[in-house]
Amino acid sequence: MIFLALLLGLLLFVLGLAVVMLRRSAILLFLGIELMLNAANLTFVAFSSANGALDGQIAVIFTIAIASAEVGVGLAIFIVLFRRFKTQSVDDLRILRW
Amino acid sequence: MARLLTDHLLSVLIFLPAAAAAALAFFPGRAKGAIRGFTLAVTAAGLLLAVWLLAAFRPDAGFQFNEWAPWISYFNIHWFVGMDGISLLMVLLTNFLMPVVILSSTRFITEHVKAYHIAFLLLQTGMLGSFLALDFFLFYIFWEVMLIPMYFIIGVWGGKQRVYAAVKFFIFTAVGSFLMFLAILWMVAQRYSATGGLDFAIFSYYPSGLAAASQVWPFLAFTLAFAIKVPMFPFHTWLPDAHTEAPAGGSIILAGVLLKLGAYGMLRFSIPMFPAALAQFLPWLVGLSLVGILYGAWVCFAQDDLKKLIAYSSVSHLGFVTLGLFALTPASVSGAVLQMVNHGLSTGALFLLVGVLYERRHTRMMADFGGLAKTLPVTTALFLVVALSSIGLPGLNGFWGEFLILVGTFQAHPWTAAVAASGVIFSAVYLLTAVRRVFFGPVTHEENTGLADLDLRELICAAALLVPIVWIGVYPKFLLDRITPAIEHTLSIVKGLMP
Amino acid sequence: MKAALLLIILAPLAGFLINVFFGRRLPRAGVTAVAVGSVGLSALLALFVCGAYLSAPEPAAFEYYTVLSVGGVTIPFALQADALSILMLFFVTFVGFWIHIYSIGYMEHEEDYARYFSYLNLFMFAMLTLVLADNFLLMFVGWEGVGLCSYLLIGFYYQEKWPADSGKKAFIVNRIGDFGFLIGIFFIATHFGTLRYEEVFAKLQADPGAYLGVAGIIALCLFVGATGKSAQLPLYVWLPDAMAGPTPVSALIHAATMVTAGVYMVARCNLFFRSSPEAMAVVAVVGALTAIFAASMGLAQTDIKKVLAYSTISQLGYMFLAAGVGAYAVAMFHVFTHAFFKACLFLGSGSLIHACHTNDIFEMGGLRKVMKTTHWTFLFSTLAIAGIPIWAGFFSKDAILASVFAFAGHHHGWAYLLWGLAVVTAFMTSFYMFRLYYVVFGGEYRGKGHPHESPTSMTLPLVVLGGLTAVVGFLGVPVVFHLPNLMERFLEPLTPAVEGLAGTTFHLSHGMEWALMIGSVVVAGLGWLAARALYRTDASWTWVKGFTARHPRLYDTVFNKYYVDEFYDRTVGAALRGVSRFCFSIIDGVLIEGPVNLSGFFVELTGNVLRFLHNGNLRTYALHIVLGVAILLWLVF
Repeated sequence: MIFLALLLGLLLFVLGLAVVMLRRSAILLFLGIELMLNAANLTFVAFSSANGALDGQIAVIFTIAIASAEVGVGLAIFIVLFRRFKTQSVDDLRILRW
Repeated sequence: MARLLTDHLLSVLIFLPAAAAAALAFFPGRAKGAIRGFTLAVTAAGLLLAVWLLAAFRPDAGFQFNEWAPWISYFNIHWFVGMDGISLLMVLLTNFLMPVVILSSTRFITEHVKAYHIAFLLLQTGMLGSFLALDFFLFYIFWEVMLIPMYFIIGVWGGKQRVYAAVKFFIFTAVGSFLMFLAILWMVAQRYSATGGLDFAIFSYYPSGLAAASQVWPFLAFTLAFAIKVPMFPFHTWLPDAHTEAPAGGSIILAGVLLKLGAYGMLRFSIPMFPAALAQFLPWLVGLSLVGILYGAWVCFAQDDLKKLIAYSSVSHLGFVTLGLFALTPASVSGAVLQMVNHGLSTGALFLLVGVLYERRHTRMMADFGGLAKTLPVTTALFLVVALSSIGLPGLNGFWGEFLILVGTFQAHPWTAAVAASGVIFSAVYLLTAVRRVFFGPVTHEENTGLADLDLRELICAAALLVPIVWIGVYPKFLLDRITPAIEHTLSIVKGLMP
Repeated sequence: MKAALLLIILAPLAGFLINVFFGRRLPRAGVTAVAVGSVGLSALLALFVCGAYLSAPEPAAFEYYTVLSVGGVTIPFALQADALSILMLFFVTFVGFWIHIYSIGYMEHEEDYARYFSYLNLFMFAMLTLVLADNFLLMFVGWEGVGLCSYLLIGFYYQEKWPADSGKKAFIVNRIGDFGFLIGIFFIATHFGTLRYEEVFAKLQADPGAYLGVAGIIALCLFVGATGKSAQLPLYVWLPDAMAGPTPVSALIHAATMVTAGVYMVARCNLFFRSSPEAMAVVAVVGALTAIFAASMGLAQTDIKKVLAYSTISQLGYMFLAAGVGAYAVAMFHVFTHAFFKACLFLGSGSLIHACHTNDIFEMGGLRKVMKTTHWTFLFSTLAIAGIPIWAGFFSKDAILASVFAFAGHHHGWAYLLWGLAVVTAFMTSFYMFRLYYVVFGGEYRGKGHPHESPTSMTLPLVVLGGLTAVVGFLGVPVVFHLPNLMERFLEPLTPAVEGLAGTTFHLSHGMEWALMIGSVVVAGLGWLAARALYRTDASWTWVKGFTARHPRLYDTVFNKYYVDEFYDRTVGAALRGVSRFCFSIIDGVLIEGPVNLSGFFVELTGNVLRFLHNGNLRTYALHIVLGVAILLWLVF
């Protein structure tokens, strides 16, 4: 059981990572990050239920709260960037380069 | 209120500028007059406080006005400050130069006025703290506190090459302080493994009690940190750049006080803590001091930039100071401490007057001047007096310092003293040549004819520096009586333990 | 007495301070009153002190405050009045006062009147501190102080090149000498534990044997100081250039008072010198060589002040020669007489320059008729310096020659050579001084304009000093006349006879003394006659002109002072410039800054390479993170 859950988590994480590394759209980037976070959450829950301890599930609650806050800030940044540069491709946003 | 002052005199002294800097943060940036006036008032109050300390100071009573309070109890680190004759002189010098610097900057500094004054006030807290700290950790904190404001003073308000100079100053000093910090931690750790207690009090390491072989590395780390600050040959190359590029006020404080911290540190740390290592490296230190005296003077001849010449002359003069310290006789060490004050006053005044010339002509090259005595008679007279004090003319302050250093060194190392004494010839050559090129001779540049002589503000600054120059020249005993007990105490620690 | 001594030095100091701070706002009469009045007060008090000493000849020392006291070195501010100090005190204040009076007229049209007088007062303060000091360090304070005033006054006309450079040169050359003096002081402080004359000399007298070696070294170090201040070989080069200053300054500082400080110091420290025959020999040889060397350079100068400058160097050489053979009282006697006649000569030359507006003697001439007072006083002092009987120089110079001869006869045969040099110098002195006299006063006027006699404020000092040149010599009458030698008796306490130290007087037979005296008069007379024959009228110059034309190289070499200045510049000067440039560009610029900047360069280089990893692409950064994590995982498991 835990094996399946961990496998699913791994799958989700790799998918998320692939999205972050392969897609240029800022929105999809966020989706990828969310996927990775939820992969981590799934892993937490899996271990929690396997060990019979509640720590993992508490951590998940924290992660969800922080992730939503992060999305709020992140989307705001992207909206500002979109207004300024008229693009949502992260490849075009290279102003932090040296 | 009265209790606060009498019981916490030194804390008030140290934190008055910092508190003023905090207050200054709430001033509107455009109220330049108010910012200058407030800073001047605060620094003047600091001077009054220092004079009060001078009046209340008892020469034979060792460290006084001590304050001791737990700070970081877990590591047994304390707020521990106190004052002996040596720190008294340094505090006086610092608080005397500060109002002069603030007053002298009013015309030259017109941008970021608030930041400039905040930087100087923080710097003052750092300097005073370093001179008064009796706890290793506290000393280190204050030592680092000085570094940042000075970095900005050079880097923001400096000349064309200011960023290079500021970074160079920062890196040189930071390398030194890093080594010093390692040495402090190592010594405390050694003491911990020997006694099982953490002890950061400086006194506890008089002497450090380390075995002769293990004294070498901490001694070298401390001495290198201070040698960079002094600066001793060959660690001096940050100095000409920093001095030349810093604004006039920055140069005055840099030459007047910051360099003295190096010599002060040698006297407080290197000498009394590590007698065995000191004895081992004494020939090197005396030799490097001697090289510094002659080398600094020789390099001065090759300068075309007046400010750079004065900067290099500091290498030569500080060579006398370190020579006096490492000759380890009462006369030479007293002379060295007196010479620290003298150099602060004379070189400070020289930088002040070069600043005056720079404000008028926006150049520091000697070739751009010539014949200024006709248009600027008062400036010329003051510059000449200050130059003569720097040359060591009897009757002005510089002579007594050099004389005591040399006569004391002569008792220990006759040949070294004899060679070092030739420095008095060279200093006359380069400074009088500079005076000749800048002030005497015919006026060669049209721009120099219509210059305005010192105004009242500049005159007050210069005259304020001349008063102690003449006073120490006529009656050096007053200051010397206050430092000799402290010096004899320090030497008594060393002498018995040197192999 | 205590207050009087202090006031003697403080009065000129007060005058200096008043004129320096308020001089520009005071009217000229006020400046004059302050400057001359303060020196006049000093002179009166000096007379009082002299009188007090003569009535009760006991040396007295007074301590005013302690300057410093550290590590066994104690420096009191203390003044003393003994025979030597009082002798110096007397003529310094006397000549100084009259030169102040003279300056009123000479500097009349000068813009910086107050500055001039403030420097002059400062000089008097420093010089009086030098002679009245009761310890070596206070003497050194005065010693450097007079050097400073000399610097300021030589460079008085600072806008011109020559004065500005000369002032600097004087200070620096003097500093080289002062370096030796300072080392001497270190030796004294270390070996005697005190710097007070009284205590040092008491220790030395009590046990001369204990200090034999070190006393000689101290003597030589001090003598280095003396060669600087008193313009002896090899440090004499500053004095001819010191003539760039105003002429009264040359009279006061560079003839009468300051330059004799070296002789004063050697006489003061005679116990050190007498401990070491080698040191004495050095002093005597340097003195004799300087005397003849400078005199020979004086032969060909055309600038009136330079002739006098070289004659001053030469006369100072005589003084050191006397000191070197142990005749300290005789040396001081020559210091004393020299002060009068040389001051008078310089003031006379000032009067001439004031009238003719040139320094070149060949643009003067025929001034006997128009400038009567100047002429007579100049003649008097020329007679004095040439050593013609009854004038002051005759007595003192004859005493020197006799002392050297007697010293040579007393087991020091090599000193006959010095005596020979001194005799030749005497001939040269007489020759170039009368050459000067005849060229300036004889013949017809060759310059521009119509010279007139100078104002009374200038002629009065000339008359006083010129008149005294015919009088002061009788203070030191030779023994053969069976009259009391007042000078020798006065200075007797200066040179106590000490077992184990060289003696100070050697006796000659009366016949020998007579012979020497007549010989020296004959030599002086020959010099006079030679000059008279060659320069009395314009027509008689032809031989000289022909001679110089036939030997141009000889003449050029002498005229250009044997190229000593150029030699110093190309050796010492060039070495210093080369070393400084080497230190600055090679050691500082390459050896030290090289590694420093190299380390900075490496940091920068690394940064420049690594920054290409930061391309700003978010996805690349993500890849970096993944790779980093992968490497970490690989390392951990």
